[in-house]
Amino acid sequence: MFLVELFVQGLIQGSVYALIAVGLTLVYGLLRILHVAHAGLFTLGGYAGVLVTNATGSVAVALVFAALSVGAVGMAVYRFCYEPILRRPPYVALIASIGLFIAMEELFRIVFGPFGLTYDIVPLQGSVVIGGMYLRSAELVTMALAAVLIGGLGLLAGRTRIGLAWRATVSVPEMAESFGIDIVKVRYLNFFIGSALAGVAGVMVSVLNNLVEPTMGSVASYKALAIIVLGGLGNVRGTLVAALTLGVIEAYGTIYLAGFLDRDAIAFAVLIVILMVRPQGLFGRSA
Amino acid sequence: MIGAYEISLLTTIGIAVTFALSLNLVTGFCGQISLGHAAFLGTGAYVAAMSVVAGAPFAVGLIAGGLVAAAVGAVVGLASLRVRHDFLAITTMGVGFLFVGFTRQQDWLGGEMGIAGIPEAPFGKVGLMVVALGVAAATAAFSVYLKRTWMGFAFDAIAADEDTARTVAIDVSRYKLAAFALGTGIAGLAGGLYAFNIRFIAPDSFGFVESVTVLAMVVIGGIGSVLWVTVAAAALAVLPQWFQAVDDYKLLLYGVLLFTVMRLSPGGLAGLVARLVRGVRQ
Repeated sequence: MFLVELFVQGLIQGSVYALIAVGLTLVYGLLRILHVAHAGLFTLGGYAGVLVTNATGSVAVALVFAALSVGAVGMAVYRFCYEPILRRPPYVALIASIGLFIAMEELFRIVFGPFGLTYDIVPLQGSVVIGGMYLRSAELVTMALAAVLIGGLGLLAGRTRIGLAWRATVSVPEMAESFGIDIVKVRYLNFFIGSALAGVAGVMVSVLNNLVEPTMGSVASYKALAIIVLGGLGNVRGTLVAALTLGVIEAYGTIYLAGFLDRDAIAFAVLIVILMVRPQGLFGRSA
Repeated sequence: MIGAYEISLLTTIGIAVTFALSLNLVTGFCGQISLGHAAFLGTGAYVAAMSVVAGAPFAVGLIAGGLVAAAVGAVVGLASLRVRHDFLAITTMGVGFLFVGFTRQQDWLGGEMGIAGIPEAPFGKVGLMVVALGVAAATAAFSVYLKRTWMGFAFDAIAADEDTARTVAIDVSRYKLAAFALGTGIAGLAGGLYAFNIRFIAPDSFGFVESVTVLAMVVIGGIGSVLWVTVAAAALAVLPQWFQAVDDYKLLLYGVLLFTVMRLSPGGLAGLVARLVRGVRQ
């Protein structure tokens, strides 16, 4: 029973990772940029969640607001930060992104204070018993949101004209452009969706912990970087599997590796071991 | 005569310059990006601190720190043979997190609390300053010398284009490992000096923020430029000490600088100066 509970806790954490990592892997797939500042957008979502919920009393409103506002900020990040340096060597965008992320974290600290914010009344605190296991409503909502949003994204990509244009742009941008696809629009859409998902993840993490702090993005989102590498950079399905797997491995690892490794280091231990064996990631095609 | 404050400031500068030049060897000369360089500063610091606390002479602690860091660095360098570019950046970042995550859980290394009460160096604070500045100067001289050797030429070729380097029969793997071992070994030396200077070390002194700080020094100076990386490292080490406002918003400043430099002048100060000089000549 204990093992099953750990497994479920792992899936919950994995859903959060998935919501964050999908945006990252989308950006990588399209622009070949490691978008470290994605972590800052996740934190921004957390702040939006707490502030809007405390103001309106509704976490649903907060989720919608976070998705839209963080999505919009994501598009602004693309326009003002990445677009001007797309033609430079890849390390330029990577380092710029790290700089942007650190600056964002510091801005959160300066604007909202170093100790973080909490909910006046913590939403989604009910619990349900499923198969003898207590699950908090917030945990169920997290999993449900991850499943619905990422499933919806799959439908959008697979079944619509927009999705077709998107996939075409990811595989061969020049060809897509010559067929009349506006690849700049595709990039905006890509950043909007990826960032909105990170915003939603931020809200759910803030509800789960009843806390947002300036540094809440750091660890989760560095892990998201590890996850997209494991998933084979740019591969959405691989990213999902890697996110859930890592969530579960961590849940067990926290119990069985506690005396040896920090929870947060497990992701990177797994990452390094797997990369040494399969340099293209678990699900990547070899280059 | 210089006071205690200037002595501590100069020591800090010496350590920062050594540390930045050590990353410059790996990232600047050989083109292998590392986002976890603080782990090697940490390895050197822990080894040096543990040896001295156990009663070893300071010089032995310092050298042991450098050697162990170089050995660990060579192992991490093996990763650079398997993965490249973005993958390598994330792998080295992972190494940084592993270092912190591992040391935190080790009781024999002091766990979260780290190691306090590292004995003062027998040659005193002035002696330590002289050693720190000497190591920094030696590292700079070594870097300049290295650039003119065959190895420096091979590093250059690998940084420019690994595959082409391989086709002209440069043993890419060997030189990459050499770059990692050299760079991380020197970082380990800097770590030992750091431990003797602050006399207290904890896992969080060697986290991602420190890795980014040293990367900022290299990037702002100009990746690969010995002179300007030295200038940038000294400036970034001194500014927070001189201006309280800079200290309070240190990370914001580093972040904005990293971003701005990449956006406007990816060659850093070195690139900027080169452009200005060219402009004046024309």
